[in-house]
Amino acid sequence: MRQTLWIKTLAAAALTAGLTSLPAHAQDSRVNDELAKYREALADGNPADLLEVRGEGLWREKRGPKQASLEACDLGLGPGKLEGAYAQLPRYFKDTGKVMDVESRLVHCMVSLQGFKADEVTRHWYSKPGTESDIEALVTFIGAKSNGLKIHAPASHPEEARMAKMGEYIFYRRSGPQDFSCAICHGQEGKRIRLQELGNLTTPAGAGEAMKTWPSYRVSQGAVWTMQRRLIDCMRQARWPEPNYLSDAVIALETFLQKTASGTVMETPGIKR
Amino acid sequence: MKLKFALLTALTVATASAFAEKAPEPPGGKHAQAAEQLFRASFRADNPKYWMTRLDQDETMKTCGLYRDNPPRKIGAALEKQNRATIRYPVDGKLMGDWREGEKLAAVGTGGHIGFIQPDPPGRTRGGNCYACHELAKKELAYGTIGPSLHHFGKIRGNSDEIVKYAYDKIYNSNAFTACTNMPRFGLHSWLTPEQITHIVAFLMDPASPVNQD
Repeated sequence: MRQTLWIKTLAAAALTAGLTSLPAHAQDSRVNDELAKYREALADGNPADLLEVRGEGLWREKRGPKQASLEACDLGLGPGKLEGAYAQLPRYFKDTGKVMDVESRLVHCMVSLQGFKADEVTRHWYSKPGTESDIEALVTFIGAKSNGLKIHAPASHPEEARMAKMGEYIFYRRSGPQDFSCAICHGQEGKRIRLQELGNLTTPAGAGEAMKTWPSYRVSQGAVWTMQRRLIDCMRQARWPEPNYLSDAVIALETFLQKTASGTVMETPGIKR
Repeated sequence: MKLKFALLTALTVATASAFAEKAPEPPGGKHAQAAEQLFRASFRADNPKYWMTRLDQDETMKTCGLYRDNPPRKIGAALEKQNRATIRYPVDGKLMGDWREGEKLAAVGTGGHIGFIQPDPPGRTRGGNCYACHELAKKELAYGTIGPSLHHFGKIRGNSDEIVKYAYDKIYNSNAFTACTNMPRFGLHSWLTPEQITHIVAFLMDPASPVNQD
């Protein structure tokens, strides 16, 4: 029902823009205004809110071979400390000797605390119609625990700084049959692909605008996407082969983006086209 | 004497920082090589080899990355020369095809997606996806703005042989004119065939094309 309303809003937006004959730049901003209204309509009742509740249940429930909850999981601020944890990831963890993002750390906890096998818990790392993803639910729950707090990932540990630099390298690296890199679409101000606005991820404002809203509910996909999912799909759009879930390339990009986004207040779960 | 020294120091520092601004550090800095290895090692082992070749970089790609797509003019000019030498033409030498076919190709954004999550089905049409980045026919409102507007492309420029050849060359290998442009090199990568490129040229140039109407 709600979906129908959204589609109507979008159709109305397209129609309003279509009936108006204005100079190109005025028409561009007109289209952008209508799109902003569409997003506003979507924000009223985000389907991801339900997932957040399911995530909280999964966090507290005793599960796995060890029949343990995740409440002792250390996401960087100490065991069980969730407030602001997401906003400070990825970060270096002494116990694993690695820079980890929320998803790799969560999987680490599910393996070490609950006794699951890693391939078992990552089998459904993203949901499909008819198949739920525990990871999506947990990340939505953990993300919301940083709402109202500033992203703070300064990459001050040498391993974090190294990861951020490697992310920067990947951001500008061009390859594939379309000569793409992240920077092609996300290195300039005020551009669009078709009607989709693109953020300039090289600036604190642009990176902040993007990072503060993930995990996000994607209307076109009918699912919440985590940052891993988002970036792995960017690589698909670049026509590259598929990276491993939780791969270092994705964590490096996240580290680079979170560092740039630092200072922006978190607002999850977001809602996107 | 002391003042002179201070002035000289200040001048040196200023010059050094001006140079530093001119040539920003290559992305990744001293970790660039490690980053390349980390990137390559991050892909699924079950990606077929012919998919993995899509991560290979030619000299243009490597150089553009190094300079964040903004190479010094001399280096850019050398890349442009190299890219110019790659352009191939249709056997019959005709560069203007059918604008109706070009119009279809300009709108198609599918094709070429690989991987295991949402790949394109085999044989999916591969288009030029021009509207992703350019305004073309007035009636299509869902156009992107990464590239300049191409509305009235032929109407403004006329359709002399030179302009027709320019349009063909630009689509075949955009880097022949502007090194490290955002625009893909459609002909070089065989993303589009020479014949398909002639159709897009016609879509841009033909007076009857919707690009040059309205």
